[in-house]
Amino acid sequence: MQHGLNYDVAHMLAGGLVLVSFMMLYQVRLSSLLRVFAAHAVVLALSVAWQAYVQGAPHLFVTAAIALLFKALVIPVALNRIIVRLGIYREIETVFGIGLAMLVGMGLVALSMALMLRVTAEATPLAREDLAFALSVVLLGLMMMVTRRNAVSQVVAFMSLENGLILAAAGAQGMPLVVEISVAFSVLIAFIVIGIFLFRIRERFDTVNVQALDSFRGERS
Amino acid sequence: MNPLAYPAVPAILGIPVAAAVLMAVLPGYRLTARINVLASLATFLSALSLFVLNREEAGTYVLVDDLNVVFIVLNTLVGFTTSVFSASYIAHELETGRLTPVYLRFYHAMYQTLMFGMNLALMANNIGVMWVAIELATLTTVLMVGIYRTPEALEAAWKYFILGSVGIALALFGTILVYMAAQPVVGEGPPAMVWTVLLKNAAEFDPALLNLAFVFLLFGYGTKVGLAPLHAWLPDAHAEGPTPISAVLSGLLLNVALYAVLRFKMLLAANPRAIAPGMLMILLGLLSLTFAAFMLYRRNDIKRLFAYSSIEHMGIITFAFGMGGPLANFAGLLHMTMHSLTKSAIFFAVGHITQVKGTQKIGDIRGLTESHPLLGWGLVIGVIAIAGLPPLGIFTSEFLVVTSTFARSPLLAMPLVTGILVAFGALLLRLNGMAFGVPSGSKAPVEASIVPLYFHLALVCIAGLYLPAPLVAWFQHVARLLG
Repeated sequence: MQHGLNYDVAHMLAGGLVLVSFMMLYQVRLSSLLRVFAAHAVVLALSVAWQAYVQGAPHLFVTAAIALLFKALVIPVALNRIIVRLGIYREIETVFGIGLAMLVGMGLVALSMALMLRVTAEATPLAREDLAFALSVVLLGLMMMVTRRNAVSQVVAFMSLENGLILAAAGAQGMPLVVEISVAFSVLIAFIVIGIFLFRIRERFDTVNVQALDSFRGERS
Repeated sequence: MNPLAYPAVPAILGIPVAAAVLMAVLPGYRLTARINVLASLATFLSALSLFVLNREEAGTYVLVDDLNVVFIVLNTLVGFTTSVFSASYIAHELETGRLTPVYLRFYHAMYQTLMFGMNLALMANNIGVMWVAIELATLTTVLMVGIYRTPEALEAAWKYFILGSVGIALALFGTILVYMAAQPVVGEGPPAMVWTVLLKNAAEFDPALLNLAFVFLLFGYGTKVGLAPLHAWLPDAHAEGPTPISAVLSGLLLNVALYAVLRFKMLLAANPRAIAPGMLMILLGLLSLTFAAFMLYRRNDIKRLFAYSSIEHMGIITFAFGMGGPLANFAGLLHMTMHSLTKSAIFFAVGHITQVKGTQKIGDIRGLTESHPLLGWGLVIGVIAIAGLPPLGIFTSEFLVVTSTFARSPLLAMPLVTGILVAFGALLLRLNGMAFGVPSGSKAPVEASIVPLYFHLALVCIAGLYLPAPLVAWFQHVARLLG
């Protein structure tokens, strides 16, 4: 029966991650988007920690700790300070409406379920479900990156996408280098955030709207 | 000391790291530029020694085999010549105040870090390490593209960053899937990520999982190769960064990403039940070629023009490797080498031209052969080479690609030839305006580093006229390995 519990908890946490990804889709304010993202990272940390416990792989606890400290705490706080300083605390625009975004998101989840469950017929049920959920989170993150036009929310979308990858890596039984990969990703994200900080995209462009940046293209001047 | 005991692999990886640390600490650009050149030369010589040394057995992390030696030597050679070009380019940037000494220190350190990242990616025997190394190389180039801190440069860096990150993320998912496919056969833990072990057992992997993994890997690393429709970062990154970086990006980093794709293609080829990976690569290659060829006509920025030409050629190379078979693979390898040498030579010329003319607009650059004969003719030879005219090296390789395609599937050869011809017209059209006519702008002489430019062109020219038999044999051997 122990196996059943292991499976159920892992299933619940991974499903929770997909759910939080959906919640991010309809956040129209940057501040609330950051809070939901922090929740996303907490769920990821729990999920990875559970995998560490189930697989008896103590090194995964490091990955969980990184997720908890870095992504649920440091990054949201830093980004929050940025958006307060830039005065873009309130509205963010989406390219298409919330209803449509949710529908497309549901389609993507259905797609990844259909795809992964069919392809991974030989793997263990735990790994299969985890991988299917992970692909859903990745696809939802990708969709968010495409639909958001704001630099900060693109970063948040990228981080949610990356959470999906960490989930997949943790779910793959005994995969080496997971810790190294999560560290490498953290460095990457730290670079992005520092980049936004240092270059103060707003000062340069007067807006963090990526669409406005397009007008600077050398081709059109 | 026994010369055969020279530790080539640690040297190729260690020299760039040591140089990067050294140059980050030392002041003075003259000194650091010299160290940069010396370190690149030392790395290149170490890489050359791989040809004569007895190679060690493939380890868990590092692998040197006949396939990647070609890439490593090409990588370090172009890295060395670009560092020579970079020294004179950077001196001019300091004079005009576009870069400050502090940024320069950073630039040199990043240059060597990039070399380390690329060499590590090429030598990695572990697909996880390979992924981390390519990510490292991406990050350093992002920083260098944005180094001028103009709005355009920052935008280019941001775009490159976002698209590159998405590509890197997809590639990681593919890597995880490969591990998932390997795990039931090889067992848990590190061996299931070691490429040589994977290749040995690939026949027993779950084909469905492997197929899916390859799609993710192709699109992930394909973003970094600059394949359409994921190429959007490439022209911006080439146009807005320092020109030595454009040369390294076009000449080397695209190859490194393509090399990663090839490694995984070999895994798929070793599994009889998996899909033939070639068709996807052929499609992406043709799409990139055709798209880039038409885009060439409307360019009015000189660096963007050659960036699109890089997309075009990467398309041709991907197409050739997608066709597979000894002849097409041979043509692909040759084309890749020739393209690296030629495109970096063109960027050497373009770097000095934009510096002396003070503009990147094609319309404002006229009569180069008259005002700066050495640079102007260098550009002319380079463009003639890249357009694929005989007797230069690219003609040979393009000819091989086209004839082998005609022999096997004439239908595919039609779009291939169309794309090549369209690009050919566009390049010569643009070249005519820039190289000939009444000179415009500054006629001041430049302190250009002509040697690397003409060295590359000479190599391309020699390769077009005569390929040494040992080189041909080596390439044929590697082409057979690629399957």
